[in-house]
Amino acid sequence: MLVYLTKRILYTIPIVLGVSLVCFLLVHLAPGDPLVSVLPPDASEDLKQQLLVIYGFDRPYWEQFLRWVGRALQGDLGYSIASGRSVTTEVLRAVGNTLILASVATVIGFFFGLLFGFVGGYFRDSWIDKTASALAVVGVSVPHYWLGMVLVIIFSSQLNWLPPTGAGPGASSDWQPDWAHIRHLILPAVTMSVIPMGIIARTIRALVADILSQDFVQALRAKGMGELGVFLHIVKNAAPTALAVMGLQLGYLLGGSILIETVFAWPGTGFLLNAAIFQRDLPLLQGTILVLALFFVLLNLIVDLVQSLLDPRIQRS
Amino acid sequence: MALARSTAEIAALPPVIDKSEGYWASVWRRLRRDKVAIIAGLVVLALILMAIFAPYIAPADPLSGRITRRLRPIGTEGFPLGTDELGRDMLSRLIHGARMSLLMGVTPVIIAFGLGSTIGIVAGYLGGWFNTIAMRTIDIFYAFPSVLLAVALSGALGAGLTNALVSLSVVFIPPIARVAEAVTTQVRNRDYVEAARASGAPGFTIVRVHVLGNVLGPIFVYATSLISVSMILASGLSFLGLGVRPPEPEWGLMLNTLRTVIYSQPWVAALPGLMIFITSISFNLLSDGLRSAMDVKQ
Repeated sequence: MLVYLTKRILYTIPIVLGVSLVCFLLVHLAPGDPLVSVLPPDASEDLKQQLLVIYGFDRPYWEQFLRWVGRALQGDLGYSIASGRSVTTEVLRAVGNTLILASVATVIGFFFGLLFGFVGGYFRDSWIDKTASALAVVGVSVPHYWLGMVLVIIFSSQLNWLPPTGAGPGASSDWQPDWAHIRHLILPAVTMSVIPMGIIARTIRALVADILSQDFVQALRAKGMGELGVFLHIVKNAAPTALAVMGLQLGYLLGGSILIETVFAWPGTGFLLNAAIFQRDLPLLQGTILVLALFFVLLNLIVDLVQSLLDPRIQRS
Repeated sequence: MALARSTAEIAALPPVIDKSEGYWASVWRRLRRDKVAIIAGLVVLALILMAIFAPYIAPADPLSGRITRRLRPIGTEGFPLGTDELGRDMLSRLIHGARMSLLMGVTPVIIAFGLGSTIGIVAGYLGGWFNTIAMRTIDIFYAFPSVLLAVALSGALGAGLTNALVSLSVVFIPPIARVAEAVTTQVRNRDYVEAARASGAPGFTIVRVHVLGNVLGPIFVYATSLISVSMILASGLSFLGLGVRPPEPEWGLMLNTLRTVIYSQPWVAALPGLMIFITSISFNLLSDGLRSAMDVKQ
């Protein structure tokens, strides 16, 4: 057990380093001058040189990378070129908002995904399975940014029930679970939940069908166990995979929220990313991507560890 | 009873070998019985034909509009699907949009299929240090959520068709390489590969004859399942302003520019997204059908 834990955690270190290197290189991949967004077009060569020195862009790449990683380890991701504020502060505030959205969406998606998956796998090839599977295919195939637009058209522009954009009063600083905020959360969260719903439903359906066809289920039934008892055995067998998929989906939603946040003007990391890209604010872009990718790596680690605790067979493979 | 047959009777029986069909013939036979997959396949075919023959099918020029006839509703005389925010015919723009949208959605998967399976097969077949280096590098890219990686890359490279295609290809290489590596490692340890090696077949021949023949099928099915995601992501990049530029008719970009009119012409504004949805779900259902017809386990 301990060996597996240690190995898995040690394995994360090169991944984290690699991820940081990719984030760092992104800036140097970018065509043009990294200072292009702060410099006025008629800036003198002198001013340009000074700024290059201030931002450290005059050093060799490897040195810039080491300095950047060193500062990042201390929680300092530099300063946004556009706003001059600390990237860490901006990203953490945005992460909070995205986390609210992504967690609610994961919970909704997990609930319906499990429901459709279990029902489909249990009553395989019945009409109820076909309906559940159809909903799951729709979930994985729908362009979610379009679904968001359609929901806004129906519930905001036609019925006028829910607000189309924003996160509610003072959302970026003090989000509270009151109606003023929750009514802003409903449409984006439902839109976002469709992806994990489809993926979880499809995974669980295949898994439940697979478990049902195994010998031990037949043995349980032959022993005279009731349907509820058999069901609990199936839940127990499906749980590690279900949890793993859910954890990964939360990570995907956190990192992939940009399209939905753009549709709903939700003040999270996706919105920040959008701003960073179009203002060519490279430190902000670099910092946001790094934080989101590290979140994803961390979630992967947690998922693997929890899964191996629940299912000791994994450690051996 | 068969034992009771005389030699002459057995000789008179039709040779068994004629009855057995090839692998692809059996796949096709199973696929043909799958109604959903066939319908999805026909929709995909129709979309491809629509893209190829767009200039002949479209009733109007997708780029020319008149401001006096902007934002007509669906069902207007002469404009069956209405007009957009610049008075251009929506039907013609949706038909022409199939060209760029399909190109942007399918090309990255083709590129990633080529590069990803090459990396995966070589890594899986060679094993050893090459496998370690290749697969650990792949793991690093795999550590990014796909949407984030696509947006980050095309954001850093700058908007444009080529950059979007490059970014999306980079996103799909790691998953394909992983699948390719996994199936190749499995095949490599099979007895027939061992037998070929023992009989002195050169490495290249083994890969070409024994490995490729057995791994390309599963990798191909997996790659087809990515087309749907790629369509959504590619149009998503255009939707964000990171893909093709106006006035090019492309579904994601059209959805973006029509976002401003969802209060005046909501259903016209939703049409490009519907096209993305139809395309993406058809590719998904076709890929599902293909997978069960080829009996490939994920």
